[in-house]
Amino acid sequence: MTPIEPHARWVRISHAVIGVSTLVLAFSGFVILMAHPRLYWGIAGNDLTPALIELPISRNYKHAGYTTPTPLTGNPDGPMSANRTYDIFNENGWGRSLHFLTAWFLAIPGLVYLLMGLARRHFSSWIWPTRDELSASNIRRDLAAHVRLQIPPASGGPSYGVLQKVSYALVIFVAAPLVTLTGLTLSPAVTAAFPVLLTMFGGYQSARTIHFVAFVLLMAFVLVHLMMVALSGFRRQLLGITLGGGR
Amino acid sequence: MKSNGLITRRRAIIAGLASLGGLALWKTPRELPPTYGNILRMGDTFTYAAQRALLGDALVKEYTLADLTSFPATGTVDPAVMDRSGSADYRRLKDQGFAGWQLSVEGRVARPRTFSLNELKALPSRTQITRHTCEEGWTAIGQWTGVPLSVVLDAVGLLPSARFVLFRSFDDWTDSIDLLDALHPQTLLAYGMNGRDLPLAHGAPLRLRVERQIGYKSMKYLRRIIVTDEFDDGGKDGNIQNGWAWYTGI
Repeated sequence: MTPIEPHARWVRISHAVIGVSTLVLAFSGFVILMAHPRLYWGIAGNDLTPALIELPISRNYKHAGYTTPTPLTGNPDGPMSANRTYDIFNENGWGRSLHFLTAWFLAIPGLVYLLMGLARRHFSSWIWPTRDELSASNIRRDLAAHVRLQIPPASGGPSYGVLQKVSYALVIFVAAPLVTLTGLTLSPAVTAAFPVLLTMFGGYQSARTIHFVAFVLLMAFVLVHLMMVALSGFRRQLLGITLGGGR
Repeated sequence: MKSNGLITRRRAIIAGLASLGGLALWKTPRELPPTYGNILRMGDTFTYAAQRALLGDALVKEYTLADLTSFPATGTVDPAVMDRSGSADYRRLKDQGFAGWQLSVEGRVARPRTFSLNELKALPSRTQITRHTCEEGWTAIGQWTGVPLSVVLDAVGLLPSARFVLFRSFDDWTDSIDLLDALHPQTLLAYGMNGRDLPLAHGAPLRLRVERQIGYKSMKYLRRIIVTDEFDDGGKDGNIQNGWAWYTGI
C-alpha cells in the first residue's frame, strides 16, 4: 500500500509531545493513586467511608491502621473520626508536582492540536469517519480483519481504516477531554471558580473515579495502538510519525 | 505560497499565546516563591501564577449539614505526645483545657498582639460546611466555625509591605499563604467543628482553613501567625524543603 500523504509536521510534533506527556501523566497518576487506592462515587469518600473499588496496588490496600472511631457530632450513627496509626505509602510530594507540571504539556499542546486539526481540516480529512465508512458491512469487514490480525502494511501516514478512525476520534474527542475536565475538577481552586465542573461530574469523588476510568481506557488504547503499529511494520510507522518518512 | 500561509498562522498562534502570557504576567502576584532551580517547583510556581491570573476570588462550594461525612485525622493527632519543641507547652495547655492558650500575631503589622481563645470567639464569626481535599485523594465534608483570618489581620493592621502570612504550630510545622488566600472570606481560624469545640485530633484549639487549597495547607494546632513581606520557606519545618509544593490550588 502506498501512502496517500505522510504525517504533517505539526501532527508529528503534537504526537511526540502529547504522547510523552500522556505516559508521564499515567505514571505520576498511578503513583498518586497508590497513596489512596480507593475509589468512591459522590462528593466525598475516605478511609472511614465505604469504597466503590479498592485496588491492591500499594501497601495502603485495605490497611486497617486507625484507632476506634468516635462520633464527630451528637449523633452516634453520624459522622465519625478516627486517628490514623498506619505509616502509609505516599510519594505525592514529587508525584503531584510532576503530574501537574506534565499536565501543562498536555493541556497547551492539546489545545493547539485541536485548533490546528480544525484549521487544517485534519479531522474532517483523516479522523472523522464518513457515513459510508460507518456502514454495518464495512465495520464488520474491518472487525473481522482485525480479529484475524490481518493488519494492512504500514503506509507511514494516513489514511485510516474505520475502526482506526473511530478509536482515534474517541481518544481525541471523548477520552482526552474527559480526562482533562475530570482532572481540573480535582483542583479546589479551579472548582471555586467553576463549580459547574462539580455539578457536571456529580461531585469530587465521582470526578476522581471517572478520571481513573478515562486513564484506564487511554492506556488500553495505547496498548492496542502499539500492537497495531508493531503488526503493521514498527520501523516504518515509527519513522513516519517521528521523522516523517514513509514516502 | 503555502509556506507564507504557514508562517502567518504560526505567527498568529504565537501572538495569541504571547498575549495570554502577558495577561498572566500582568495579574501575577508580585512575589513568587523561589524555585531553587528545581523543575517541579517551577511547575508549581507556573500553576500558582496561572491560577491566580485566571481564576479570580470566587468562594468554594458550601454544603449542607446532611452532607457531613466521617473525617479521618491524619498527620499529627496530638502534639502533646510528640517530641517537638512545642510539645511541652502544648501538654501544659491541653491539661488546662486550653484556658491559657494564646495566639501571637506579629510581623509586618501595625499593632502586634496576642489573642486568647475567648478574644477570638468574641470577634465576628463565620460557619461554613466545606470539602476537605487531602493530597492523598480522599475528601471529607466538615462544618467549620471560626473567625475569618481577614478580621484578625484587620484588628492588627497589615502594613503596606505585607505579602505573606506565615503560620507556626505546636507540632513545629511552618507554612504560609499569600494575601489573596489570607484575605479570602472563607479562610478561617477555626475553633469549632461540626457544632462542637475543635477536637484534639483535628487541631485543637485552633486550626486554619484554606478552602481553595489542598488539606495540608489548613494547618492544625496554631501557635503563632507572622506577617512577612518576603517569602519564607519555613526552613526544615516547611513544605518545600520536605519536597512538597507550597501552592496547592490543584
